[in-house]
Amino acid sequence: MRFSALRVLQEGLTGIRGRRPHWRDPEPKAAYDIVIIGGGGHGLSTAYYLAREHGLTNVAVLEKGYLGGGNVGRNTTIVRANYFLPGNSEFYSHSLKLWEGLSQDLNYNVMHSQRGLINLFHSDGQRDAFARRGNAMINQGDDAELLDRDGVRAHLPYLDFDNGRFPIYGGLLHRRGGTARHDAVAWGYARGASDRGVDLIQNCEVTGIDISGGKVTGVQTSRGAIRAKKVAIVTAGRSGQVAAMAGMRLPIESHVLQAFVTEGLKPVIDHVVSFGMGHFYISQSDKGGLVFGGDLDFYPSYAQRGNLPMAEHVMEAAMTLMPMIGKARVLRSWGGIMDMTPDGSPIIDKTDTEGLYVDCGWCYGGFKAVPGSGFSFAHLLATGRHHEPAAGFRLDRFRTGIGIIDEEGTGAQHNLH
Amino acid sequence: MRINCPTCGERDRREFYYGGAALARPAEDAGPQAWDAYLHLRDNPAGRAREWWFHESGCSAWLLVERNSVTHEVYGVALADGGRS
Repeated sequence: MRFSALRVLQEGLTGIRGRRPHWRDPEPKAAYDIVIIGGGGHGLSTAYYLAREHGLTNVAVLEKGYLGGGNVGRNTTIVRANYFLPGNSEFYSHSLKLWEGLSQDLNYNVMHSQRGLINLFHSDGQRDAFARRGNAMINQGDDAELLDRDGVRAHLPYLDFDNGRFPIYGGLLHRRGGTARHDAVAWGYARGASDRGVDLIQNCEVTGIDISGGKVTGVQTSRGAIRAKKVAIVTAGRSGQVAAMAGMRLPIESHVLQAFVTEGLKPVIDHVVSFGMGHFYISQSDKGGLVFGGDLDFYPSYAQRGNLPMAEHVMEAAMTLMPMIGKARVLRSWGGIMDMTPDGSPIIDKTDTEGLYVDCGWCYGGFKAVPGSGFSFAHLLATGRHHEPAAGFRLDRFRTGIGIIDEEGTGAQHNLH
Repeated sequence: MRINCPTCGERDRREFYYGGAALARPAEDAGPQAWDAYLHLRDNPAGRAREWWFHESGCSAWLLVERNSVTHEVYGVALADGGRS
C-alpha cells in the first residue's frame, strides 16, 4: 500500500478499511545469502539498502523480540550532522542527507523535523571550540552559524542567561538538525525491505553462529538452524553477547543511558537545545512531551533502567538551564543499553571470520546514524569494500592505534566517553 | 546501588567511581595482541562481573567489586591489593 494525501482522505471517509499489516510475517527458510542478526533501526535499514541499492533480496532479518522494540523505539530522536573529526563528519553528513529524503524514499512519514539544534557555550574558550567545530561542519558541506548571546536569546528567550556557574555566551546553530519519529523510521524501513522480498523474522533469537574452517556457514536460532553465506551482527546493546557466539571479544562495554519525558504541554521548546556543560539536552515531541536526557550512568549495566544519581543530575541541569521546566511533571523515564567503544565512535567492518560482519559500537548516537549505517553496511556486505563515508569505522583501530576517532578528545580508553 | 566498602561500610553508589573491568595485567613483554586484549577488548558480561571501583568520596581505596550487571546486585567487595598494608 502506498501512502498519499488522497489515500488518507479515502481511508478517512471509509472507516480505514484499507488498513493492512505493513510487512509479511514469513517462516524462516533453510538458507539465505545474507542473515542480519537484529531487527532494530540499523538492521532494518541495512536490509532495505541491500535490497534497494544492491538488488540483494535473499536476505533475512532475525529479531529476538519484535521489530524496532529496542533502542530505535526508545531514544531522544535527535538527528544532526555536527561532528568535527574526519571519519565522523562525512559519515553523519551522508546520513543527514539520507534523512532529508527519507519520508519520500520510504513513502512513509518519518516526521523528520529540521527545527534547528543549538549547542550552547559558556566561556571564551568554548566559543573558540564551537567556532572551530562550525567551520569543520561548513567545510564538510553542512550548515553552522555561530550565535552570540543576543542571537541565542532571539531563539531561546526562556533560558537563564545569567546563571552564576554557566552564563550563556552564545551557541552554535545547526539549522538542519532536528528530530524524527523513531518508531516510524523502523517501520518504514521494515515495510520497504519486506516489500522488496527481505524476510523479517520476529521472535527468532540467535543462539549460535556456525563457523567452519574460518568461514561462517549459518546461525542456530530458537526457530531452528538457518544457513547463510554471510552473517551480519547488528545488535547494539548486546553486541558483546552475539559476538561471543563467534568466539570474538569486541572493544565494547555496555552502559545505560537514561532519558525522561514530561506530560504533554503546549508548544514551548521549538528547537533541540544542547547544554553540554550540564550533560543535558532537550526537545519537545509532536505530542507535546518534553524529551530530555543526560549522560551515561558511567558503569556497565544491562539493566535497562537508570540509577537515581544521574536522574537527579539531569533534573538539576534542567533547572539550571531553564527554570521554567520546574513546573512540568515528569511522566516517565527509561534506560537504554549503549555499546560504548574506547574512542566513542562506531564500528562497521568485516571480522577475522570470513563472511562475518559487525555493525556496532554506536555509543549514545545511533539514532541519527540509522540511514547512513544501513547504507554503508549494506555496501560493505554487498561489495566487500568499505563505503567511503564509513571507511574510518574500523574494528582494528584500537589495536593498531591508526585512525582513532576520538571526537571528545579524552583519549581512546574505556569509560572516558 | 550501594557498595559495601571494607573500610567505610555500606555507602551510596555516588561516592564511588567506576574504574574499569578487573582484568589481569599482561607482562610488559607480552606483545601487542595481549595488550590490545587488556586495554580494549572486553567480555562485557551480562551478569556476574568483576570490576575496579574507586571510593572517591570515602577512604580513597581502590576496590575489587563483584557485581551483577543486569540486576545491580553486589556480591562482594574487597580491597584491590587484597588487604596488604
